Amino acid sequence: MIIIKCPFCGSRGHNEFKYGGDGSIKYPDLHDPITDWHDAVFQRKNIAGIQTETWQHIHGCRMWLLVDRDTLTHKIISVRPANPNIINILEKNS
Amino acid sequence: MKQFSTWQVLKNGFINQKGWKRQWEDAAPKKNYDIIIVGGGLHGLATAYYLAKNFKLKNIAVLEKNWIGGGNAGRNTTIIRSNYMLKGNREFYEHSLKLWENLSHELNYNVMFSQRSHVSLYHSPSAIDNASRRYNIMLNTGSDAELWSLKTLKKKIPHLNYSDDSRFPIYGALVQKRAGTARHDAVAWGYARAANNLGVDIIQNCEVNGVITKNNNIVSLNTSKGNIQGGKVGFAVAGHSSILWQMANLGNLPIESHKLQAFVTEPIKPLLDQVVVFSVGGAHFYISQSDKGGLVFGGDIDWYKSYAQKGNLPIVQDVAECAISVLPCISRLKLLRHWSGVVDMSMDGSFFICKTPLNNLYLNAGWNYGGFKASPASGWYFADLIANDRPNRVIQNHNLKRFEKGYQIDERGAGPDPKLHG
Ligand SMILES: Cc1cc2nc3c(=O)[nH]c(=O)nc-3n(C[C@H](O)[C@H](O)[C@H](O)COP(=O)(O)OP(=O)(O)OC[C@H]3O[C@@H](n4cnc5c(N)ncnc54)[C@H](O)[C@@H]3O)c2cc1C
Ligand SMILES: [Zn+2]
Repeated sequence: MIIIKCPFCGSRGHNEFKYGGDGSIKYPDLHDPITDWHDAVFQRKNIAGIQTETWQHIHGCRMWLLVDRDTLTHKIISVRPANPNIINILEKNS
Repeated sequence: MKQFSTWQVLKNGFINQKGWKRQWEDAAPKKNYDIIIVGGGLHGLATAYYLAKNFKLKNIAVLEKNWIGGGNAGRNTTIIRSNYMLKGNREFYEHSLKLWENLSHELNYNVMFSQRSHVSLYHSPSAIDNASRRYNIMLNTGSDAELWSLKTLKKKIPHLNYSDDSRFPIYGALVQKRAGTARHDAVAWGYARAANNLGVDIIQNCEVNGVITKNNNIVSLNTSKGNIQGGKVGFAVAGHSSILWQMANLGNLPIESHKLQAFVTEPIKPLLDQVVVFSVGGAHFYISQSDKGGLVFGGDIDWYKSYAQKGNLPIVQDVAECAISVLPCISRLKLLRHWSGVVDMSMDGSFFICKTPLNNLYLNAGWNYGGFKASPASGWYFADLIANDRPNRVIQNHNLKRFEKGYQIDERGAGPDPKLHG
């Protein structure tokens, strides 16, 4: 099991999460050239090593997270909320 | 090369089995080859064989970083079928199945191809429609297919879970009788032996770690056994395609590397004569019995990207649940081994056999977890591409440009998410 330390729920097994995929992809603007869209949708770096990826804590807080993980060893390097501002938003509303 | 024959078996019975020789030579690399194939899996070895056999080409090397057949070639669940539907795939996999049917004779090596039927169960009324469509397409394009009713299925495979309260009730099956299994190691050794016999150098423990290019051409490859020049170069490294691609400074590929696990139980007496797939409208699980008696099975990939050849426990549980839900009688069997391989999942679930931005580089990749059955045709068409520098009509759309053109070859209709294809 890969243990992912969710910033909201604490350490949980990876089977509580849904895997999103490559978190470094930046989707272009709607009006950007079609080739940019092609690259974002179909082309992958497919890193052998540490990559940033998205995971969603579906059986927990349901938050999307950005996880730095080594694809050669499965070791997790860091976990943070996908929306960097989410902590502020939550604190403001509470 | 000594031909294997009944006579040889008899003769060696009399001389204490002393008459057998090494089956192929472990070569040291020369400085220069006309054609270099990177990757000594089934696809690389088959390519080298057909280059030498079909096109009478010489001065060919296969470079393998470990030992031949140690990658996915030796890790798969050996299922062979041709029940693909889409144009290009249909012809390609049918051609592959035909090559399998004669492969032991072709290679003079018993690859133990056993046409024991591929029985794809369906589990919902709409799955019947789906199966019928596939059945019709197969019949109309020169293949074989049968639809088995529940009654027939119960007679043929009595010990599946037909109970009313099963999680996914069985409605019937789509069957391809010419499909089956083969012995994966024998396929690697058979191709290696036959290729070597035609003059191909097979070089093991030779890792490519640099690609030297000049004016859109590969000049040479840096390897753990020194620099080797190549006239033409083919990549056939399955799960490691992106790494080689980036070594050649070609950027990104429409491929993600994931890992797939497989399992084998302790050997038991004959229980299952067919390949059984728990699929359409249900879960995802496939099982067959090896000649040694072990039940060989697998299910989904591990769902997250990985280059580690090690699997994770949630899938073990998942696959075990599937096993017991279709074949409750095996619930007390022990697992003997389980392992995993790095598979090259493509954006539409179909492969690439194509030219590349470099003039003398050719790509063979994107096999998802269905590349075992493809091995003979993959070698056949890749050799044809390399020898003639143009794709055969059958694989003309299996290139890297297809996504730009909106021509996805997506059998499952799962969209551009590699982990969903299978
Ligand atoms: C668990 C599992 C079950 C499967 N089940 C089935 C099945 O039932 N039916 C089916 O049709 N398919 C199945 N597959 C898929 C099939 O095994 C693969 O698609 C197929 O084997 C890939 O082609 P290959 O044999 O050439 O790959 P590989 O055997 O992986 O060959 C690639 C080779 O390239 C070498 N290499 C990598 N990098 C370098 C480098 N830098 N320099 C030199 N050499 C390098 C590797 O060491 C490796 O030997 C399964 C796969 C797995 C993992
Ligand atoms: Zn959480």
